[in-house]
Amino acid sequence: MRRHRVSTRAWHWLNVVAVFTLLMSGMTIFNAHPRLYWGQYGANPDQPWLHIYATRGGEGVLRVGSVEVETTGVLGVWEKDGRTQTRAFPHWMTLPSHYSLSSGRKYHFLGAWLLVIAGVLYLLWSLANRHVWRDLLPSRKEIAPRHLWHDIKDHARLRLPRGEAAARYNPLQKLAYLSVLFVILPVIVLTGLGMSPMMNASWGWILDLFGGRQSARSVHFIAAFLLVAFIVLHLLMVVIAGPVNEIRSMITGRFRLPPEKGDTP
Amino acid sequence: MIIGRRKLIAGLGAGIALGGCQKILETEPADGLASSLDLFTRDAQRLVTDRNALAREYAPEERSPDFRANGSRTVDTPEYRRHLANGFADWRLTVGGMVARPLSLSIADLQQMPARTQITRHDCVEGWSAIGQWTGTPLSHLLRLARISDRARYVLFRCADSFGDTPYYESIDMIEAMHPQTIMAWRMNGQPLPERHGAPLRLRVERQLGYKHAKYVTGIEVIEDFRTIAGGKGGFWEDRAGYQWWAGI
Repeated sequence: MRRHRVSTRAWHWLNVVAVFTLLMSGMTIFNAHPRLYWGQYGANPDQPWLHIYATRGGEGVLRVGSVEVETTGVLGVWEKDGRTQTRAFPHWMTLPSHYSLSSGRKYHFLGAWLLVIAGVLYLLWSLANRHVWRDLLPSRKEIAPRHLWHDIKDHARLRLPRGEAAARYNPLQKLAYLSVLFVILPVIVLTGLGMSPMMNASWGWILDLFGGRQSARSVHFIAAFLLVAFIVLHLLMVVIAGPVNEIRSMITGRFRLPPEKGDTP
Repeated sequence: MIIGRRKLIAGLGAGIALGGCQKILETEPADGLASSLDLFTRDAQRLVTDRNALAREYAPEERSPDFRANGSRTVDTPEYRRHLANGFADWRLTVGGMVARPLSLSIADLQQMPARTQITRHDCVEGWSAIGQWTGTPLSHLLRLARISDRARYVLFRCADSFGDTPYYESIDMIEAMHPQTIMAWRMNGQPLPERHGAPLRLRVERQLGYKHAKYVTGIEVIEDFRTIAGGKGGFWEDRAGYQWWAGI
C-alpha cells in the first residue's frame, strides 16, 4: 500500500540534513560559552544554571543547578587523536569537528534557513491538503484518557498496531508529531531569532515572551535537547516496528502492512 | 537478539551519517553557499524589521553588576600609557575618507557636542550578554559635521589596540552608522570609559554583536568599499577567524 505523501517524504529527509547540521553546529556555538543563564543578561561574573567545565584536576563536570555530574571523557574533558581537550562537547558531536565559532555559526544559519523555508512550505502544504486534519490531529476518542492509557501500555509492551491500523499514526505518535511540529520547532525558531540583536530591536515581543535574551538562549538549548529526545525515540520506534519496511515507506512511499496476529505472512 | 543486531546496524549507520555530515560541509561548494548566506540573512532581517527600530533600553537596576570585558583589555604601548597618565587630554579622533570637511577632535571637543545616554545590552558572538549604561556622541552627528559624500557606503573604525602586529578595525554600513543609538561612547555607567572597556573612546552599535563595537578608536573613515583594506573582509575578526561581516545575528 501507499503511505506518506511526496511532501512528507521530501520534508522528512530535508529535515534529517537540516536538523543534524543544526544540532552539531549548535554544539560548536555552545562550546564558545558553555554556560546557560536565566534573564536578560548573563556572562562569566554571573551565576549560570547550567555549566560544563573542566576542573583543575582535569575532570570534566556537568553542573545543572546544584547537581554536579562527573563527565570526563564525554563532556568538559575528552580526547581527540590521543590529545586531551577541554571543550564542553566532544569533537565527534560538533560541526566542524575542530573548534571554529565562525564556521559553526555559518553552518548553523545554513541549517536554519533550510529548516525554516522547508518547514513553512510543508506547513502551508499540509494545511492546504488537509494532512494535518486527516492524519495528525487525534480524534476526540483517541485522546480520551482511557484510550491514551491503553496506547501507553501497548507502547510499553512494544505491542505495535498490526494490519490496517499500522498504516495510520497511533494517538501517542500523533501527539509526538504535533508537539514537534507546533511547539518544539516554533519555539526553537523564535528563541533563535530572540538571540539576534537586530531582531530584538524590532521584535522585542520575543524577549518579553521568553523573559530576556539569556532565557531565550536557555530555552533554545532545552528545546534542542527535547528534539534529540524525540529523534532517539523516533529511531527506536522505527527499529522496533521494522526498520526496512519503515525506511522504505519514507523513501518510496510503499509500505507493507504487518500481518494481523495469527495470519500467515 | 534480532533487535540487538538491528540496533547495532542503526548505530553504525548513525555514526557514518554524523561523520559524513562533517565531511560534506567542509567541502568548497557547501562552504561557499554557507558564506554567501551572510548578506542574504542581512537582507532578510532588513526586510522584516524597521531600519530605525531602537535596541531595547533597560532600567538602571537591570544593569549587570559586573560587566565582562573581552578582546583587548588595554593597549600595550608606551604611547597609550602616556595618554592614560594624562587623562587622554591629547587623544585625537580623526574623521576622514569620503568627507568634504575632515575633522580632528579631542575628547573634550566630543563632550561639548550633543550627547546620548542609553542603557543597552551587549551581546557577544560567544553567547553571553551584559547590560551597561553608555554616554557618547551620536556617530550621525559627526558624519553630518564632516559632510560625507553621497557615494559613501561604509564607516570604518581604526583602533589603537592590536593582536600581535595586526591592528584592530571594524566597519559598519550607513544604515547602522546613522542609527540614533550608534554613538562614540566616552562614559560607561556614569564614569569615564574604563581602560578595559576601550578608553577613551569606543563604538556602540547596538543592533550588532560585540566584535563590531570597536574600542580605543583613533580614526573614523568614510569609505565606498572595504575590500582593499587590511585583509579585505571589513574587520579584524572577519580577516583573522572568518567571523561574519553581518553581525546582526
